[in-house]
Amino acid sequence: MSTRSVVFFVLTSVVCVLASPARGADPEMDALKRQVQEMQQQIRSLQDRLDRLGAAKAPDPVGPPPTAAAVPPAQPVAPKAYMNISLDGMFAVGTSTAEDVETLEGGGHNPNQRGFTVQNVELTLDGAVDPYFKAQANVILQIDQEGESTVELEEAFAVTTSLPANLQVKAGQYFSEFGRLNPQHPHAWDFVGQPLVNNRFFGGDGLRNPGARVSWLAPIPFYAELFLSVQDSQGETAFSFRNTSGESVYGHTIEETSVDSAGDLLYVPRAVASFDLTDTQTLMVGASAAFGPNGTGQHTRTQIYGADVFWKWKPSYARGGWPFVKWQTEAMFRRYEAGEDEEAGLPDETLNDWGFYSQVLFGFVERWAAGLRCDYVTGDSGAQDADSERATRFRLSPDLSFFPSEFSKLRLQYNYDDIEDRGAEHSVWGQLEFLLGAHAAHKF
Amino acid sequence: MKPLAKGISIFLIWMGLGPAVAHAKLEIVATTPDFGAIAREIGGDRISVTALAKPNEDPHFVDARPSFILKLNRADALIEGGVELEAGWLPPLLEGARNPKIAPGAPGRINGSEGVALLETQVALDRSKGDVHGMGNPHFMTDPANGKLVAERICDALCRIEPVSCDTFRGNLSRFTSRLDAKLAEWQALLGPYRGAQVVAYHNTWPYLAQRFGLRIDLFLEPKPGIPPTPANLAEVIARMKEHRVRAIIVEPYQNRKTAETVARETGAAVLDFAQYPGGVKGAGESYIDLFDYLVRSLAAALGGDAKR
Repeated sequence: MSTRSVVFFVLTSVVCVLASPARGADPEMDALKRQVQEMQQQIRSLQDRLDRLGAAKAPDPVGPPPTAAAVPPAQPVAPKAYMNISLDGMFAVGTSTAEDVETLEGGGHNPNQRGFTVQNVELTLDGAVDPYFKAQANVILQIDQEGESTVELEEAFAVTTSLPANLQVKAGQYFSEFGRLNPQHPHAWDFVGQPLVNNRFFGGDGLRNPGARVSWLAPIPFYAELFLSVQDSQGETAFSFRNTSGESVYGHTIEETSVDSAGDLLYVPRAVASFDLTDTQTLMVGASAAFGPNGTGQHTRTQIYGADVFWKWKPSYARGGWPFVKWQTEAMFRRYEAGEDEEAGLPDETLNDWGFYSQVLFGFVERWAAGLRCDYVTGDSGAQDADSERATRFRLSPDLSFFPSEFSKLRLQYNYDDIEDRGAEHSVWGQLEFLLGAHAAHKF
Repeated sequence: MKPLAKGISIFLIWMGLGPAVAHAKLEIVATTPDFGAIAREIGGDRISVTALAKPNEDPHFVDARPSFILKLNRADALIEGGVELEAGWLPPLLEGARNPKIAPGAPGRINGSEGVALLETQVALDRSKGDVHGMGNPHFMTDPANGKLVAERICDALCRIEPVSCDTFRGNLSRFTSRLDAKLAEWQALLGPYRGAQVVAYHNTWPYLAQRFGLRIDLFLEPKPGIPPTPANLAEVIARMKEHRVRAIIVEPYQNRKTAETVARETGAAVLDFAQYPGGVKGAGESYIDLFDYLVRSLAAALGGDAKR
């Protein structure tokens, strides 16, 4: 249909609507007049839009040529809010040979049952507070296996923007900057669920708590940044630390503990550096640690150390970001001093665990990416017999992702699990992600 | 003083004073090479310019490399488009850079789109239309007249940052502007005979160029911005190209030239290697004016039927 016939059609329909008598309504002239005026306004704006469309897109080759005169700033742009708002939804569907899917998967945003799972619905708000702070909040909505909706304040923090000496302070509730994956939100993950080692050391929801962090950008010829975070050490988001009293960790009951000195808080230092190997390859290496008390005794402590590597290749001819290859590996070691638990019959003991994951993602053709992740976790034997929570476990996960646009993603993943004293489990998961609202900007 | 403490304090003094040495060049960071090329014209040897996106790179999808954080951290000024082209990568870089000199509203923050009459501003935001930018089409530098506006913006900013060199900057600006004006008249004359001619492009990068020279670059190989070509859309494009005898298809370095070549074979049109950014086309020169000289001449040749098939 040509532009003109669209205009004609719209005008005729509006005239017809206006001409038809209002049935059953009291003929209140004022209201009617207002309606007519509103409709006239609508027609005018529609006409404007059609004219502009016609000017830009008229397929008629013999029509008047477009003028070179600058077009006046036509329509007012929708007013921008003081913050960006986005809603990210992530859902999974699939099945597993495991009876206890939730235990097998572990992660708080992993699929947790055969059938469908609401992995994560995340409302993100961010923007500039004033000339001194930026702020961000991530509110998570989930629906658990019983069908109950849960709300979780994942992050809510302010970051300084104008401190001197290359310093920056972040304060509020936030993910500890330990390694590469821990501070990432689930929609930024390259696989359906989180790595085993993160799950084992940081619990289902990652290491995050209220606190404050200072970072320093080193004034040297390459990118290097140092972080030091001090956070609360209790709660389920400080799993390897004071955790929640009454819980049981590796057979040891978590006691009621309190903060009596600065040493009872959680300390997370990190150093990271990056190098552009070539115009198309970038390498990032980091080292992190986390120190704090744990809840199995009044003077028991935990130390976690981690190293991470990230490498990415993207050629200069990449279109929409494709093709690319990303390689990411993190290894972690944990020393956990477990206090004596007389009721459980467990002595004082030091539990050493370590694990790693290594993953490759290959964006082989526009909009498609194939990945492979290898997970391994193990620990020395403790006093508790056959502790399934610390069993040696190996997992191999190939996945295939399709990105219809920057704002949506479909993923299929297979997990081969080999667990000590249990044997193999197989799982297949499909995933859908969508992003509504503000354009997501990604850190490297 | 202990040796270690002494060493550290010497290091810190060196670090702190290094950048502050008088007459050091101003560090200018441009998000894209077009802004960078114009900044070089205005700043001359008083400035050192870094462009984050490479000339042949897809500017919508630049990786936020950490090395860019360092460049922005040390910048005296940042030139950005300001129309969401860099929305996917600039915000995290700026947060990491923690540089008050280039904070929004600071003298060193230069918004290239300021004062530009943007095309295709959206009344309502709707991503079912593809990746359209609500504030308008961000490729405004494809109209050389907008390049002139940006040059003025950059000159004003450089004068604010380094008033002592303002006369030099103003002199460079007027030389650049008069060269561009002379070229603009030449380009108008070259493309004058083809007013109203239709040209196909892979992506909707060129509405400003089209408006300036009275062309129609309104048929695209992408069905919607950011969505790869589909057979159905290509078939429709081919049909319309045949109907209207379209003679040229514009492709940028990172776009799929093979798709364009297929369409060209079907329609007898020429494939034109274009780039938005100086340095993006081999042999087309490194300056903003050289780039448009190349673009206009190859368009005129294709529309006149002289381009190689």
